[in-house]
Amino acid sequence: MQITSPTFKANSVKALSDAQLQKALGNVRAGFIDKRKKAVDALPEFEALRENGKAIKDHALAHLDLYLENYEAQVKAAGGHVHWAQTAEDARNIILDLCASRGVKTVTKGKSMISEEIALNDALEAAGVRPVETDLGEYIIQLRGEHPSHIIAPAVHLNKEQIEADFRRVHTHLPADRELVEHEKLLTEARAVLRAEYFKADLGITGANFLVAETGSSIIVTNEGNGDLTQILPRVHVVIASIEKIVPTLEDAAQILRLLARSATGQDMSVYTTVSTGGRREGDPDGPDEYHVVLLDNGRSSMLGTEFQEMLRCIRCGACMNHCPVYHAVGGHAYGWVYPGPMGAVLTPSLIGVDKGGHLPNASTFCGRCENVCPMKIPLPKMMRHWREREFERGLNPAAARYGLKTWAFFAKRPSLYRFFASLGIPALSAFGGAKHRFSWLPFAGGWTKHRELPAPEGRTFLQQWAQREAKKQEPVR
Amino acid sequence: MSGRDAILNKVRASLGAGNANRADAVRDRLSGAPRGLIPVRGQLPDAARIDLFAYQAEKVHATTERLASYADLPAAIAAYLRSKNLPASIRMGDDPRLNGADWSTQPALEILRGPSDGNDETGLSHAFGAVAETGTLVLHSGGDNPTTVNFLPEHHLVVVDARDVAGDLETVLARIRDKFGKGQMPRTLNMITGPSRSGDIEQKMLLGAHGPRALHIMVVGG
Ligand code: SF4
Repeated sequence: MQITSPTFKANSVKALSDAQLQKALGNVRAGFIDKRKKAVDALPEFEALRENGKAIKDHALAHLDLYLENYEAQVKAAGGHVHWAQTAEDARNIILDLCASRGVKTVTKGKSMISEEIALNDALEAAGVRPVETDLGEYIIQLRGEHPSHIIAPAVHLNKEQIEADFRRVHTHLPADRELVEHEKLLTEARAVLRAEYFKADLGITGANFLVAETGSSIIVTNEGNGDLTQILPRVHVVIASIEKIVPTLEDAAQILRLLARSATGQDMSVYTTVSTGGRREGDPDGPDEYHVVLLDNGRSSMLGTEFQEMLRCIRCGACMNHCPVYHAVGGHAYGWVYPGPMGAVLTPSLIGVDKGGHLPNASTFCGRCENVCPMKIPLPKMMRHWREREFERGLNPAAARYGLKTWAFFAKRPSLYRFFASLGIPALSAFGGAKHRFSWLPFAGGWTKHRELPAPEGRTFLQQWAQREAKKQEPVR
Repeated sequence: MSGRDAILNKVRASLGAGNANRADAVRDRLSGAPRGLIPVRGQLPDAARIDLFAYQAEKVHATTERLASYADLPAAIAAYLRSKNLPASIRMGDDPRLNGADWSTQPALEILRGPSDGNDETGLSHAFGAVAETGTLVLHSGGDNPTTVNFLPEHHLVVVDARDVAGDLETVLARIRDKFGKGQMPRTLNMITGPSRSGDIEQKMLLGAHGPRALHIMVVGG
């Protein structure tokens, strides 16, 4: 997909004036927050489980090489195959080879953010393989040639009238005068269309929420059941997952499952949690003959041992974006790549480079809600600040901001000079503020004053006022 | 260098690996598989546990019923099909517990054996176990209960023995480990919590996305 993160500001301006989008974003604000809160409040052990979840992932990451080796050995023991992909391109090539060598024409796909990350659909199409997204939201955006705007609700930016128009445009085999206004009718139509595709597909691709080192299993969590039909009906099941999805044991997965659905959709448990291990066994009447896992690194190993390691605990629940005022305002597409919201603001610069994703960590009010709701206790605001620091070090900020900060730093390091110039400057600004004591225009601050006024400083500097107050306190009480 | 070695080397370099205790820590964790925290509601005694299971399953729009024994099963299934206006036909695998019921008491009921090809209205499965904490059924693949029966029919009827309803998921996973061996798993383990649904259109929750529109659970005994 084309990366538009560098134009985050322009994307946001566009998003703010998009009436359809703004209407649809109301569903995020209204739905997700209440549902999560109810589910979390109903489980007194939730906080303790968060600590456990964090500890499990920290342990798994600290021993990642060893768990990956054990995982691989167990997949092989169960008759499966593991393919290691250092980059997105490696991963695409592995999957294209699997398709070519098996004469695959149609691929059904369960929802996978890794598939988006490696831009798999474009590669499949270019190779003459037809990818069919089966998650309802993914299917809708595939019809529109779009990308997900949310990691668990990919079509959250759309309203049903738009979906109806797309179905009428694409499902031309159905009567043109059919009734298609209600939500149920849209769902039923998509269900029927996709049912046929599952049976046509030669290969099914799913993601993974967890990889279990103990058993060599992959686990997916869905509500629709599309991930299951995608993996049990075609001859070949391919799992694409990034290396940090590893957990040591089934018990560890069970702990984190108690956090995942509650944080994502406010369910105690998603409808389908499926553990898959190898291909069809002797005596199995159904299931795929072959089972492959493509393990993707794509920059994650370089995050280990850095201040961004904690980001690898992320279980992709979406809670951080559901609670983010910036996401509420601009939606997911403005972020310009696969991962939106606070988790995207941290992850995107790690994976595609701070030169392209550097605007995203700036799109934060530092209100801290994302960290408060993150089930894995990832310090998202702190990590966004790390990116800001790195962006500054590498000279990627605009010249005016850099110059301003450097000038300020020069004086801040020389307190007597700072005080002297401030004592001259503040009264001057105060006088310029006029009778209203507010500025409606300031040089270098047009972006602020265009929409609101800036209060003018009071007549004296903070230090002068402080000194005066302290002097007063010293006066003897009579 | 292969992709495998390159990735593992990078991981080791980033972690500053090389200390022998790491290998011990990993071995202990894998062999011990320690349980984490089990919520209080996952630790209820027998009768309360089955009540909680039914309550949680109904909360997510499954329907439940209690049967005294497997002998009551054929009549209960026939009654369900009639009440939903469904054809008197069910798809099922070869589970001995289901086979043990006397199906001749329902001569009008057609029984189709083997995996589903997508043309069945109603499927019948026997669960390996269930989890009261979340109202979840646990089923595994194999000839007794083909995985396609869990997903393709519009209505999924699932039988579970009351003795197999555990408080928490960890208990069921331990039983799976006992049955298949340490580190071994069936091809597919399905944990099912309510009928299929989607909230992808304007976040409105609708039942019957790609899997069954209805899930009916029959708890036998207990
Ligand atoms: S960062 Fe935390 S809240 Fe956000 S998706 Fe990841 S786990 Fe969920």
